[in-house]
Amino acid sequence: MMQAENKKSFLKKLALCFMLAFFISTGAAFAKFKVAFIYIGPPGDLGWTYEHDRGRKQALDALGAKIETKYIENVAEGTDSARVIERYARSGFNMIIATSFGYMDGMLKVAKKYPKVYFEHCSGYKTHDNMSTYFGRMYQPRYLSGMVAGKATKTNVIGYVAAFPIPEVVRGINAFTLGVKAVNPKAVVRVVWSNTWYSPTKEKEAAVALLNQGADVISQHQDTTEPQKAARDRGVVSIGYDTDMRPFVGDSVLVSPYWNWGQYYTKTIKDAMDGTWKKHQYWGGLKEGIVALSDFSSKVPKSVQKQIMMKHQQIVDGEWDVFWGPIKDQSGKVVINAGDKMQDGAMLGMSFFVEGVIGKVK
Amino acid sequence: MDTLTLTIGAILFSATSLIYATIGEILTERSGILNLGLEGLMMMGALSGFAVCYHTHSLFLSVIVALIVGALMSSIHAFLTITMKASQVVSGLSLTIFGVGLANFLGERLGPESNSFQLTGLEAPRFEQIAIPFLHEIPIIGPVFHQDLLTYIVYLLIPLSWFFVYKTKYGLELQAVGENPRTAEAMGINVIRLRYIYTIVGGMLVSLGGSHLTLSYMSGWNENKTDGRGWIVIALVIFAMWDPKKAILGALLFGGISALQLSLQAGGITFIPASFLDMLPYLATVLVLICLTIWEIVSKRKFGAPASLGVNFMREEK
Repeated sequence: MMQAENKKSFLKKLALCFMLAFFISTGAAFAKFKVAFIYIGPPGDLGWTYEHDRGRKQALDALGAKIETKYIENVAEGTDSARVIERYARSGFNMIIATSFGYMDGMLKVAKKYPKVYFEHCSGYKTHDNMSTYFGRMYQPRYLSGMVAGKATKTNVIGYVAAFPIPEVVRGINAFTLGVKAVNPKAVVRVVWSNTWYSPTKEKEAAVALLNQGADVISQHQDTTEPQKAARDRGVVSIGYDTDMRPFVGDSVLVSPYWNWGQYYTKTIKDAMDGTWKKHQYWGGLKEGIVALSDFSSKVPKSVQKQIMMKHQQIVDGEWDVFWGPIKDQSGKVVINAGDKMQDGAMLGMSFFVEGVIGKVK
Repeated sequence: MDTLTLTIGAILFSATSLIYATIGEILTERSGILNLGLEGLMMMGALSGFAVCYHTHSLFLSVIVALIVGALMSSIHAFLTITMKASQVVSGLSLTIFGVGLANFLGERLGPESNSFQLTGLEAPRFEQIAIPFLHEIPIIGPVFHQDLLTYIVYLLIPLSWFFVYKTKYGLELQAVGENPRTAEAMGINVIRLRYIYTIVGGMLVSLGGSHLTLSYMSGWNENKTDGRGWIVIALVIFAMWDPKKAILGALLFGGISALQLSLQAGGITFIPASFLDMLPYLATVLVLICLTIWEIVSKRKFGAPASLGVNFMREEK
C-alpha cells in the first residue's frame, strides 16, 4: 500500500542519513591534525632551523599517526611570509608554527582571518586569541657558556659573531659577558655584527676578523657552524650555539647552549588536538628544559665543569638568575641595583651592553 | 703575527675565487659573449668540487670535475646564444637560476646515506696552506707567500692571461672577435668557433673559482654557499676594464673593504654603524664604476667593453 511504501522509503532515507553521519564523524575522528612549520633557513644549517626540525620530528615520534606535519624552508621574513602562511591556513592545516621573529606581522594578519586555525610564533611578542608566542630563556645557558669561555681564554679577548642588534641578540651577548666576567674580571668580549642570520662566508669572515684581533675563544649568535670552524682552523676554541656543535666541528667546541623545541611542540599540538589550547606567551628556561647546556668537551677541566653545574642548579632551583643585580652598563653606570631582579619586559626590550662588551648596539 | 699582516692574508685568501672568475669572464666577454650565469657556475663548481672531494678524497679529481662541470654548464649558454642566437642576457640569467637551484638540490642528495644524503655538515680534505721558506716571514707582505696551491696558480694565471690576450696572435684574434666580428670573419677567423671556445674556457675558470670556496677557503657545503660572489664578478670585470692583469685590483678592493669593515668592528671602532660598513664594498665598486665612466667621457678615450659584447653574431650567407 502507498502508506507502507512511503514509510519504508522514509526509513531507508533515515538509515542512510544515520550511516552518512556515522561515517563523517568517524572520518573526522580519524582525520589527522595537520601542522605546518615555516622555516627561515634550511634544516641543513646545523643550527637554528636544524633544531626546530629536530623538534618537529620529536613531536611526530611522540604523537605518531594522529598528526601530519609539513615544512617549508627559506621563507623570507616580511610581507611575503603572510602569503606562505595563508596558503597553509587556507588548505586545511590546523596549526601553523613560524620559527623566526620577522614572521610576526604576517602571521598576525593571517591569524585574524582564520580564527579556527592555531598559530604559534617563535621569538615574537604580538598575540591574538588564536595566536601565541613561544621562546626559550637562552640567556640562562648562555651565561653558563660565558663562564666556560672566561675560564678558557688566555689572551682575555673573546670574540662574538652576532647577527643583528635586536634585543634577543643583545640579551644573549650580555648574559654571556656576565658569565665571562663572573669568573674572569679582566676579560673582554668583542662583538662584530654580520647583519645576517645565515651566511657561511660572512660568518666565517667575521670570526676571522675577531681572531686577527687576538681573540682566542669565539662565540656566536648565528645560524651555521662557520665561526666555530674558523676558530678550530686557527687552533683556537669556541662556544657553540643552537645545537651541540661537537659532532660537526670537533672537540674545540667547549660547550653549546642549545634548544629543545620537541617537548614544547608535542605539548602545544596535543593541547590543540584535545581542545585545551589557550592563548599564551611561553618563555621557558633551563628548569622547563626548553633550553639546555650541552655536555662539555674533554678540553674543559672537571673543576670548571663542576662550578658551571653548580650555577646551573641554582638557576633551575630558582635561587638565582642571570639578570639579578648588580649589573653595570658599558659606561660603568649601575642599571640594576644589587638585590633587584630585571623583569621580563625589560629583558625583552634590552638595548644596552653590559660592562666588558666592546662594541655598539647599532 | 700582527693584525695587519693577518688581515692582508685573509684578504688575499678571499680574493682567489674572485680572481679566477673575473679572468674567466674577461676571456668570455672579450670574445663578445656576455655570460651572466656566473653565480650559477660558481655554485655548481663549489658543489661538484666538494661532492667529489668528499667521496674520493682526491683534491686533484675534484678540481678536474669542477672544470668539467663548468665547461658543460657554460656550453649550454654558448649553444643558446651562439648557435640559437637567443638573448645573451636571458640565457645567462637562466643559467644562474638553474645553477643555483641545481647546486642546492644536489647538495641535499649527493651526501652519504649516514647523513640523510645531505652534503651539509661534512668535511673533506682541503688544499693546505703552503709557506714559502723565508719569504712568508716578511712583515706585512709575508702572507702573499703563505697561501694554498690554487692561489699560487692564480698568481701565475694573471700574468699569463695578460700576456695571452695582449701579446700573442691568439689574443689578438680574441680581441678582434669581440670588437668587430664581421671584419674578423672576413679575415678568415672562425668567429663562431672562437666564441664557443672562450665561453667554455671562461666558464671553466669561473667554476674553478667557485670550487676554491669549498676546497680551500672553507671546507664543507651549505645552501647558497657562494652567497652572491658571482654577481660581484660581473662588476669586477668592468672594474678591470677587461684587462686580465687588472682583475686582481677589483678583487682586492672588494675583499679589502669587506675585511676592513669587519676588522674595524672587531677592533672596537664603532662610530660608523655596522650596516653602513656592510654596504661599503658594494658602494665602493659602484663609485669606481661611475668614476671610470666619467673619466671615459671627459678624456674621450674608450676604456670600453669589447664593441660587440652582448650582440649576437649572424654569419652572413654567401
